Amino acid sequence: MTSTTRTLKVEGLRKLVEELRARGFTVIAPTVRDGAIVNAPIESIDQLPRGVGDQQDAAHYRLTERADGAYFGYAAGAQSMKPVLFPAEELLWRGKRDAAGAFTVQPASNEGGPYALLGVRGCDLKAIHIHDAVLTSRGFSDAHYAARRAGALLISVTCGSPAGTCFCASVGTGPRPSEGYDLSLTEVIKGSSHTFVVAVGTERGAEIMDALGASTASEAEMAAADDIAKDAALNMGRELNTDGLKYLMYANAESSHWDDVASRCLSCTNCTLVCPTCFCTSVEDVSDLTGQEASRHRVWDSCFSEDFSYIHGGSVRESPRSRYRQWITHKLASWEDQFGMTGCVGCGRCITWCPVGIDITAEAAALRGTPSKARK
Amino acid sequence: MPDAPLPKLAVWKFSSCDGCQLSLLNCEDELLSIVGAVHIAYFPEATRAVVEGPYDISLVEGSVTTPEDAERIHEIRAESKLVVTIGACATAGGIQALRNWGDIEQYRSIVYAHPEYLSTLATSTAIGDHINVDFELRGCPIDKYQLIEVLASHLQGRRPRIPTYSVCVECKRKGNICVPVANGTPCLGPVTQAGCGALCPSFARGCYGCFGPQDSPNAPALSDQLIELGMTNDDVIRVYRTFNAEADAFRAESNRLQALPGPSKQGAAK
Repeated sequence: MTSTTRTLKVEGLRKLVEELRARGFTVIAPTVRDGAIVNAPIESIDQLPRGVGDQQDAAHYRLTERADGAYFGYAAGAQSMKPVLFPAEELLWRGKRDAAGAFTVQPASNEGGPYALLGVRGCDLKAIHIHDAVLTSRGFSDAHYAARRAGALLISVTCGSPAGTCFCASVGTGPRPSEGYDLSLTEVIKGSSHTFVVAVGTERGAEIMDALGASTASEAEMAAADDIAKDAALNMGRELNTDGLKYLMYANAESSHWDDVASRCLSCTNCTLVCPTCFCTSVEDVSDLTGQEASRHRVWDSCFSEDFSYIHGGSVRESPRSRYRQWITHKLASWEDQFGMTGCVGCGRCITWCPVGIDITAEAAALRGTPSKARK
Repeated sequence: MPDAPLPKLAVWKFSSCDGCQLSLLNCEDELLSIVGAVHIAYFPEATRAVVEGPYDISLVEGSVTTPEDAERIHEIRAESKLVVTIGACATAGGIQALRNWGDIEQYRSIVYAHPEYLSTLATSTAIGDHINVDFELRGCPIDKYQLIEVLASHLQGRRPRIPTYSVCVECKRKGNICVPVANGTPCLGPVTQAGCGALCPSFARGCYGCFGPQDSPNAPALSDQLIELGMTNDDVIRVYRTFNAEADAFRAESNRLQALPGPSKQGAAK
């Protein structure tokens, strides 16, 4: 495998998208929709959010303009790639009863792939690998996720302009991913020079670079990319102290701080539904009035809804206090015991998209008894 | 095997705008399946034909606002196996429950030339305040697919799939961008029950709370945020006092805000 770092100019990025499409990939990349960065299928780099930046803080998200014409000059968008590989609503099967009363089941087909995921941030890239471990590497593999994930090409990008809610540097997932990609771009803009320094992670990635005739990156280009990653790491808007975090969470199971969080928490589920690693779902059956047709769907669910923990006799977690504790403790502590890794990738979405700005880093710091870096 | 008689369905109206009954007629594509699955025995909005009770399913629209209403609802309960209340009026008293914060004698004398002809109660209350209700279907108006789901689940002997979580779940599943976070638009979605398909936020509007409180509403925390987004205390009282003003969590929150010190133009807390 060739590990030579390459460079692409803007035209090279354009050709990359064309090449991926020519190879049959559905290219999913950041676009602008309704005042936010939203991943969507693209046909050309002209659909990328060129010259767009963002401003994020607790319960606050705004797009801004950038003068430098950067294609990737914003931080984590409204969602990670989760909606692509693990959609919010998924048909599992459809069934029909015929005139004779026999019931036939038709499994759902997965359409749209293979995917080339372009512009994946370090945090979101790690989240994909967490989902791989959780959904496909244990006793039973999730066939629907696995089908979408199969053959997916991962093209990550260094986060050069972290947002006010970012803390990937604290959890080691960014701003420049160190592994788990086919190709990893760093956008370098200096004066009139606009290039993408491309680290190659796999044979497949190298082959695509060869096909595009991408030149080898110079020492200076590689150094410039390193500087962008180093600067970004120093500009994280938030910080999470991970020292003994698991034990801190367990030791605080009965902390009075949960009541404080519960007084603010809306139990609205937004944090879980924007989290790139949350994977809880529920299965719903839909049948028509005649009882002749039925379908089974898997939909995103959340540990913040009362019904989520409903079993015979009532809900296990009746209070928002216990729901927030469950969520953050799973994310930062028991995930480690369960899957051998932390469940938080530092994207900061739960902070940005919480309608009342509850901040996972601030709550963890409060449990530790230390002031947080939160700006608000 | 001879066909079993279809379950008898009745649709009753109390104080309401008829919009929820219309949701049933609006079912259009599904209407033929509905009449194939139930015998519409009493539904004045749709047909003059009346089949005597008892009824298997009674859909009740509207709130109780007159002494006659308060008696009639017991008769309906007595001749119905299943009572399903439909809409914000029937489940929470409706917009007309705003009278509960006012003075009925004053209204009576101002609005009517001959107030002596008027027979009314001082309050507008939900059907569930008067009789046992088997299922409450929320919304102003109700969602027709939720209504079909309630009917289908009953006919098939299963639990209706009517979620009680927040509108935010519907927004996120649809891929909507959160309007308060990305636009600063005040939105009741986090405290409101899903069911409308996140209709208003899908058009970049804040949620108006038509489906009433979700199962775990934290209205005081949302009020703080609405005020931070620029609403006044009185504005926040008003957004809770609309179609579901009498729903417990919304009533408690508007009354709490009302009782806070400081100037207010809204009527007194109950």
